[in-house]
Amino acid sequence: MIRSLLSADPPGSRLLAASLLAVLVGLALAPFVFPGARSLDVAARVAVFVLLAASYDLLLGYTGIVSFAHTMFFGIGGYGIGIAAASWGSGWGSLAAGSLAALACSAAIAFAVGLLSLRVRAIFFAMITLAVAAFFQILASQMSWLTGGEDGLNFNLPSVLSPGTKLVAAPVLGIDLNGRVLSYYLVFGCALALFLVLLRIVNSPFGRVLLAIRENEFRAEALGYRTVVYRTVANCLGALAATCAGLLYALWLRYTGPATTLSFDIMIDILLMVVIGGMGTMYGAVLGATIFVLAESYLRDLLRLASDATHGVPLLPALLHPDRWLLWLGVLFVVCVYYFPHGIVGRLRARRP
Amino acid sequence: MKPRFDWIPLALVALVAAAALPLVASAPIWLTLTVAGLAMGMMIFMMASGLTLVFGLMDVMNFAHGVFISIGAYAATSVLIALRGAMHADSLAANLAAMAPAAAAAIAVSGILGWLFERVVIRPVYGEHLKQILVTMGGLIVFEQLIKVVWGPDMIAVPRPQALSGSFILGQAAIERYRVLAVVVGLAVFAAMWLLLNRTRLGMLIRAGVENAEMVESLGYRIRRLFVGVFVAGSCLAGLGGTMWALYQESITAQMGMQVMVVIFIVVIIGGLGSVGGCFIGALLVGLLANYTGYLAPKLALGSNILLMVLVLMWRPRGLYPVGR
Amino acid sequence: MPEPMLALSGVNTRIGQYHILQGVAFEVPRGGLTMLLGRNGAGKTTCLRTIMGLWRASAGSVRVEGRDTTRLPTPELARLGVAYVPENMGIFAGLTVRENMLLAARAGPPDEKRLEWVFGLFPALRKFWNALAGNLSGGQKQMLAVARAIIEPRRLLLVDEPTKGLAPAIVANMIEAFRELKRTDTTILVVEQNFQFATSLGDSVAVMDSGRIVHTGAMADLAADEGLQQRLLGLSLDAHQ
Repeated sequence: MIRSLLSADPPGSRLLAASLLAVLVGLALAPFVFPGARSLDVAARVAVFVLLAASYDLLLGYTGIVSFAHTMFFGIGGYGIGIAAASWGSGWGSLAAGSLAALACSAAIAFAVGLLSLRVRAIFFAMITLAVAAFFQILASQMSWLTGGEDGLNFNLPSVLSPGTKLVAAPVLGIDLNGRVLSYYLVFGCALALFLVLLRIVNSPFGRVLLAIRENEFRAEALGYRTVVYRTVANCLGALAATCAGLLYALWLRYTGPATTLSFDIMIDILLMVVIGGMGTMYGAVLGATIFVLAESYLRDLLRLASDATHGVPLLPALLHPDRWLLWLGVLFVVCVYYFPHGIVGRLRARRP
Repeated sequence: MKPRFDWIPLALVALVAAAALPLVASAPIWLTLTVAGLAMGMMIFMMASGLTLVFGLMDVMNFAHGVFISIGAYAATSVLIALRGAMHADSLAANLAAMAPAAAAAIAVSGILGWLFERVVIRPVYGEHLKQILVTMGGLIVFEQLIKVVWGPDMIAVPRPQALSGSFILGQAAIERYRVLAVVVGLAVFAAMWLLLNRTRLGMLIRAGVENAEMVESLGYRIRRLFVGVFVAGSCLAGLGGTMWALYQESITAQMGMQVMVVIFIVVIIGGLGSVGGCFIGALLVGLLANYTGYLAPKLALGSNILLMVLVLMWRPRGLYPVGR
Repeated sequence: MPEPMLALSGVNTRIGQYHILQGVAFEVPRGGLTMLLGRNGAGKTTCLRTIMGLWRASAGSVRVEGRDTTRLPTPELARLGVAYVPENMGIFAGLTVRENMLLAARAGPPDEKRLEWVFGLFPALRKFWNALAGNLSGGQKQMLAVARAIIEPRRLLLVDEPTKGLAPAIVANMIEAFRELKRTDTTILVVEQNFQFATSLGDSVAVMDSGRIVHTGAMADLAADEGLQQRLLGLSLDAHQ
């Protein structure tokens, strides 16, 4: 049963399996084990970013495509829900319509961009997607009548998902089961299901062809595979999954704006997650996203301690400043690219007894 | 069979400028916009030229090129702030005496960093495009943070020299003095590069290397040294461009390099990857168009360069001046 | 016995996962012209590229005039006096003919006499001296590629299919040029498919098949023995145009 859920692609290392299980159980029980608004927020963001990073791994790790437009699709998801909820009201119908519109829009753009530029070299594709993503960001901030511009959109969700709604009168295990908890489980459930779908995709015959293309494009072409078609389809699937992540994130935040979905900083975050976790492994996305979101939320506190401890030493306190956490992840990222091409997951699997 | 020069892209620049005149409908405003556009184009060219040459020569796309721009700008700003007195003096000579060491500092710091960057970061990943993109991206993240460590995370105001603030009045057109300086410096850099590439043996080698690096090696030239030289020179130019850009914007942030990188990539793609002449014309087109649309349709201004890129690629899919390979 | 100009022993070269050269061993004697023959895909081009240091041998050794050059970088090899004309000619299309020649003359601008000698071999080059090399015809490009390799006296010349795709008249011109070249003290190793070229110029010959040398000897002996040609090359040289 578990094997088939994982598409016959087991973690392959006891330590890795244990870490993944810890993440899964942690997320599944988050409202009960880590009560409090901040930790629930961290848990939801982990769930969303696992999905987002996994969808990026489909491109980067399995297809060998470097796209810098992934946040664009994330943003399309966010704006799909945001615009629908803000203009047609907060019913389920408008959310569904917004979601479908966002998915259709993402698929169309990914298809067009893919067909136009996936036949050229990786570097060119990376540069073009960077430009396209920048253009989209401009579009979102300029069309403020629709998107709320730089301020973004605040919107309401169906009342069952709002924090004020109590689903069960009495607290369960000391926790009020309110709309917020239900939202969390909606986000978590969808992210988990979609992650398993992605895992299924990369382990399907389609995924094997992608790997073959990544390893040796000429040979795959010679074997009769239309590499452009496969890449374009992979690009579309990755885009759709990223859009779903965007939908979930907007649902969770009840807000959509350029800073939370479209900014280049988020693109860099995704890159860090996938590479540090391990490219081409899917599970790397889980570990990478978890570590990253935890680092973003809690590494600052650690660094603050270290920075205070080194007070008086030249330069060190500045290097260990709480706001410099990205510096250390950046260094880890570069080290991973050079020495651990399969990231943490690769290291764990190599240690298999 | 004399070597033929492809004039069409150059004519395109003139055409864009000419077409804007009736749309703007006011000669003085048009002149102001045109000078502004040319100045912007020249600065973009300085920042982008090294990137395109490095790509052409060694097939390396350095996504961290923006770091050299930022570092140069920060180094120059540090010098400018130290020489604040001379900057505020109302004498062009005193102002230039402050700007020259600032530019020199920018060029030196960016050049040294470029040399280190090539050795440490790029050398291990030659020929591996995926890793190149990732590693240089990582370099960008790390160096952006290091700038914040050294100079602090906040925006720094850049003092603009007294004699270069304000405008000339030419007829009814107001032309910012600094923009004239930018055009002059940019033209000088382009002329120097053009002469180097077309009139010297070193330039011949670089052009040959862009076309076929393996053959240059087979003729007995150590292309590695050539490449390190070009990489460092490109970093120096980025530092100079960053200095000019900082003085133009009158402020700097650690993210400035990454922000201009999008425009730089667009310019490099428009020009044809690896082509210095294409990069120059692409930069002018982007600069002019940004200023004209900024006046005519402000909402379009930020996106104008991407629309331009799409149009150019539809016309010439490999850029204005495609480079062999 | 004098030291051979070039000696390969047990050379193995892999390109990616393909094992192209599987123990190539042969010698090129000083002076004269040695032909390297073989079917398509036998590994001839890879062999030249390995000698030039453009691919690295994973095992075995390459010696030039007794000196081990197996690990030597390509530019250093060129500085030992080895010149290489690749199969695609490797001319710089964006440079003029003149610039192509100037680059090839490492020691500085070539002297008048040498230049006249090269123009004598390939008159077309004088005519198109200031033209972009990319605008030349295929035959002229090939002439430029060879001229570039000999603008300065070289010890060893490696040429990959100099007559590929050329019209018969130009092949004749090329043969004349190589005949003239043989009078200098440059040693020449040519990969060639053209029968006329091979028999009229070759002094000695080495034949490759599936990444190995399967025959070495005098060119004249191979030219005279149709049975041997049939066995080594799968067809007689006559048909091997």
